[in-house]
Amino acid sequence: MSKILMKGNEAIGEGAIRAGCRYFFGYPITPQSELPHYLAKRMPEVGGVFLQAESEVSAINMVYGAAGAGMRVMTSSSSPGLSLMQEGISYLVGAELPCVIVNIMRGGPGLGNIAPAQGDYFQSTKGGGHGDYKLITLAPESVQEIIDLMAKAFDLADQYRNPVMLLGDGILGQMMEPVELGEIKEVKQADKPWAASGMKGRSNSNIINSLYINPEDCEKLNEKLFAKYAEITDKEQIWEEYQLDGAEIVLVAYGTAARICKSAVDKARAKGIKAGLIRPVTLWPFPAKVIAKIAQSVNCLLTVEMSMGQMVEDVRLAANGVCPVHFYGRSGGMVPEVAEVLAKIEELTAGGDRE
Amino acid sequence: MLEQVLIAGFGGQGVLSTGQLLAHAGMIENKHVAWIPSYGPEMRGGTANCGVTISDHPISSPMVTEPTTLIVMTRPALEKFEKAVVPGGRILINSSLVEQDVKRDDVLALKIPANKIAEEIGNPKVANNVILGALIKLTGIVTIESVVESLKKVLPPRRHNMIPANQEALERGAQLAEKLS
Repeated sequence: MSKILMKGNEAIGEGAIRAGCRYFFGYPITPQSELPHYLAKRMPEVGGVFLQAESEVSAINMVYGAAGAGMRVMTSSSSPGLSLMQEGISYLVGAELPCVIVNIMRGGPGLGNIAPAQGDYFQSTKGGGHGDYKLITLAPESVQEIIDLMAKAFDLADQYRNPVMLLGDGILGQMMEPVELGEIKEVKQADKPWAASGMKGRSNSNIINSLYINPEDCEKLNEKLFAKYAEITDKEQIWEEYQLDGAEIVLVAYGTAARICKSAVDKARAKGIKAGLIRPVTLWPFPAKVIAKIAQSVNCLLTVEMSMGQMVEDVRLAANGVCPVHFYGRSGGMVPEVAEVLAKIEELTAGGDRE
Repeated sequence: MLEQVLIAGFGGQGVLSTGQLLAHAGMIENKHVAWIPSYGPEMRGGTANCGVTISDHPISSPMVTEPTTLIVMTRPALEKFEKAVVPGGRILINSSLVEQDVKRDDVLALKIPANKIAEEIGNPKVANNVILGALIKLTGIVTIESVVESLKKVLPPRRHNMIPANQEALERGAQLAEKLS
């Protein structure tokens, strides 16, 4: 198969189609609008449903309906739109419904701007809506990785009956890179005996609900969810290791920030500084295992984000005081430059020995 | 080889599509490429720019903050991005649209009257490819053949009659760059 040049937003759409997603409900917002634009054309070609809802609140509740009926379904938006969806996302988790939710982040808070940012890390990984819950959160760094992760996103959602967040920033959505789409494979989807898809000979009706009026029952739901989350935390951490060989300073960054850090690491290595990078691909479950391990052998860790510092808290928890964890970030839609990150690496390594 | 090209001008000048054409040509030569637009609340007549990275190796940062080559189609674009070009880099100016000179003396500055040449060819729409031809001559990042091949892929069949004029524009740009540099 030859490569084609594709925007990140379009790749999310194509990846979803190839993962067997046949329902998309969304509402336009920059910088992710190419995704609904792409699916408006593509969904009818595969017999799927594309529907532009009247609002993000409406879209996420349509997702609830389609997911409850056992269908592979996706919605997408950008930061302020995700804020509007939070109630629905909490309900999806409460009803244990699988779906994929895309957030192509932009500058905030508030209406902010449409420039790329990573300020929604907390919202994505720590719950976001009300109640005790987590979203499995995937953070690709390239257009090819989007294609590679979409099937994984839908599979994880079905396997654990929990929404999966695909978290990118405006650059990832807007950037064009060559992709290898590979052959279209038949998608094996998990059985969904819980789905409200008609009685079909069953004697008990399946009910999709997140109301647990009795606190004892609601506590049991929470315990059930967190038993799943313990299993996910144990089994599903994904990360990339870059130039860790003999590294004395290791950067931790995801998505576009990680791409920038790779350049900074390359430049630091060219200057004789032993720098490396760990790139979390799952933000939740956070790849704490590798961070805890690398903290034992490095002088320090440096977290780089397009925010005022959110993931850095998870890095500090994982490092658990074993080594210093520093932070560099730009926010509000500003993107760190390679030279800035390199300067921070040089500043932190100038002292020489471990503090 | 790592080339990072920044193409800057106004919306409607074909800034984004010229960048896409270059990225596409790199891709069909099996190089690593990335294209990033300046997306904003912009419209025809507003500022527009895009960054194209072409490399023999996987591209770490696709951001073009320190271009090796800057292509400018407007005076504000020159003023804004002149300083960003790496020392020893190149600035290609569409001198049909921009009268100003490059102030720096540590870069190669070429003035290319792209619209004038395009009119000589008989099609004002091919001006950007005059500059692209010059870029290709100076950097060797892709071949003119690959750009022509890409045009066959990205243009709808009804527009394939435009390809000979585009090819001529690329060649004229390359000839001019050879003469000037």
